Amino acid sequence: MRRNPVLTVLHRLAIGLYIAFALFPLYWLLKVSVTPNDLLYSEGVRMWPSRTSFEHYAFVIANSEFPRFFLNSFIVSGSTAVIVTLVAAVAGYALSRFAFRGKYWITALMLLTQMFPLVMLIAPMFKILSPLGLTNSLTGLIVVYTAFNVPFATFLMQSFFDGIPRDLEEAAMIDGATRFVAFRQIILPLTLPGIAATLGFVFTAAWSELLFALMLISGNAAATFPVGLLSFVSKFSVDFGQMMAAGILALIPAALFFLLIQRYLVQGLTAGAVKG
Amino acid sequence: MAAIDITSARKSYGSVDVLHGVDLAIGDGEFVVLVGPSGCGKSTLLRMIAGLEEITSGEIAIGGRRVNDLPPKDRDIAMVFQSYALYPHMTVAENMSYSLKLRRTPKERITAAITVAAAKLGLDQLTERRPKALSGGQRQRVAMGRAIVRNPKAFLFDEPLSNLDARLREQMRVEIKKLHKDLGATSIYVTHDQIEAMTLADRIVAMNGGVVQQVGSPLDLYDRPANLFVAGFIGSPAMNMIPAIYRLVDGTGVAAVAGGHHLPLAGPFSIPDGTAVVIGVRPEHVTVSPPGSGGLRTAVDLVEPTGFGSILHLGPFGQPVKAFTLDRALGRNGAAVDVTFDPAQLHVFTEADGRRMDPAA
Repeated sequence: MRRNPVLTVLHRLAIGLYIAFALFPLYWLLKVSVTPNDLLYSEGVRMWPSRTSFEHYAFVIANSEFPRFFLNSFIVSGSTAVIVTLVAAVAGYALSRFAFRGKYWITALMLLTQMFPLVMLIAPMFKILSPLGLTNSLTGLIVVYTAFNVPFATFLMQSFFDGIPRDLEEAAMIDGATRFVAFRQIILPLTLPGIAATLGFVFTAAWSELLFALMLISGNAAATFPVGLLSFVSKFSVDFGQMMAAGILALIPAALFFLLIQRYLVQGLTAGAVKG
Repeated sequence: MAAIDITSARKSYGSVDVLHGVDLAIGDGEFVVLVGPSGCGKSTLLRMIAGLEEITSGEIAIGGRRVNDLPPKDRDIAMVFQSYALYPHMTVAENMSYSLKLRRTPKERITAAITVAAAKLGLDQLTERRPKALSGGQRQRVAMGRAIVRNPKAFLFDEPLSNLDARLREQMRVEIKKLHKDLGATSIYVTHDQIEAMTLADRIVAMNGGVVQQVGSPLDLYDRPANLFVAGFIGSPAMNMIPAIYRLVDGTGVAAVAGGHHLPLAGPFSIPDGTAVVIGVRPEHVTVSPPGSGGLRTAVDLVEPTGFGSILHLGPFGQPVKAFTLDRALGRNGAAVDVTFDPAQLHVFTEADGRRMDPAA
């Protein structure tokens, strides 16, 4: 059946509008980041400046502490993503496949942790971490981020495992595998999209987290990039150009990360396992 | 190959009993079919043999060795799942060789085994494909191939044909039978399809509600069902069940049915006069003849032509009774026919517990 061409056009138009709406802030970020300071306030609101320059980028890379912030952010987000995904994969598998005492309460407890506004927890968290020497340290941030992301990531992984038929690991166990070998050789490869999604989710969550980073980190040495961005806001002025340039630079690792994992995000890897 | 012995095997989930003590001895090389309606415990029993379900109590032995506490991988059995359970990220050849690789079989031996199995199942051209590029029937064959490459002690089949369409199912049924003839492997096959059970089995185990109802050859179950459940479950179209009262008249038994009719039975039975019974008669044993040939006059309410013959829905003595006839001329809606019953073909079951009664010698 052929679609009505008018409908097709409307359809595309709606998608286009949505994309424009979603991407406009990013576009504005890019536009401001390449606008030289002297044009920033003098040209009024324009879609593109009459002259562009990369001076903000050069300044951010050469004269600010941003390379350090990046590195910190990368260490924190990367470690958090890997640790959380490992824990969530194992925990999610257990919740998906095993019946054990207290399963209901563990699930309820994990859900409960997701219900608190983070602000409430800052003071107690600081109180706990401070005597351990984990304030002002990347390790402390990793611990906190891991704790906060594990529950949701576990639910996410559980739903991916739930989508893989039990028959597959049972077949593997009859074929001669232990449960762990069946998990590693049969189930895990099929959960790669889920693992990729979890990695991506946790990485971006940690990458953009500001509240805890701001409260737990005081010096520049252990600051992450969102905290660093604030350093462009001084008492009397905001250096928008440099701030935007730093923002664009901060997008690069996240974008690269998703580029890396997008291949695993595609659906349908399990097609053909069972009749479908 | 090995014999499998099941001794008072029970299974409960919490306080719910799923299997109430099953005893079954399966001979080396035998093809046994577990058949019954959904939820009768047949799949649970199979999974207990496979090691996928724990045995609550009792014992299961494969080849004389108690396996209750052995994990599936150490039981040396192969299983074909209803869903096929092919590994989607592996090719056909990898799917079939997975078990051999886990056992560290030398590469040449694996290749040889795959080649033989693929040829046997007509998969030679498909070994490099992934499961998703195969049709349902081909996936089914791969699942079978995965089982046969490793020469296990026993094959377990969990409703392997349920996902196939009717024609393919018939074809695979024959192939499974042939395969069993070739390999002579001990096989346990679970199905809810009584035709599959009848055609494949050396012995059928009919189950209901977690209890074995009858064990015997297919024709045993068909000709001498042990109780009402087996009588009703085996056979298609299903056996007619006619409520009646047992009477002893002139030293022989008769069944008094509705409308004051008496059906003579094959002799006196060792039950008291006046016992409520159920008379079972298979549709092909209800003899239908043109009106005037003698017997109960009745009208044909409905005709179901099957091509081979016709199933006639009749109503002698106000009871619905199905008859199977090869005479197409009789199969006209509203036509009058005469019905007779051969006493030797009437099965008598007590109404109280549904048990089969045989004429007293």
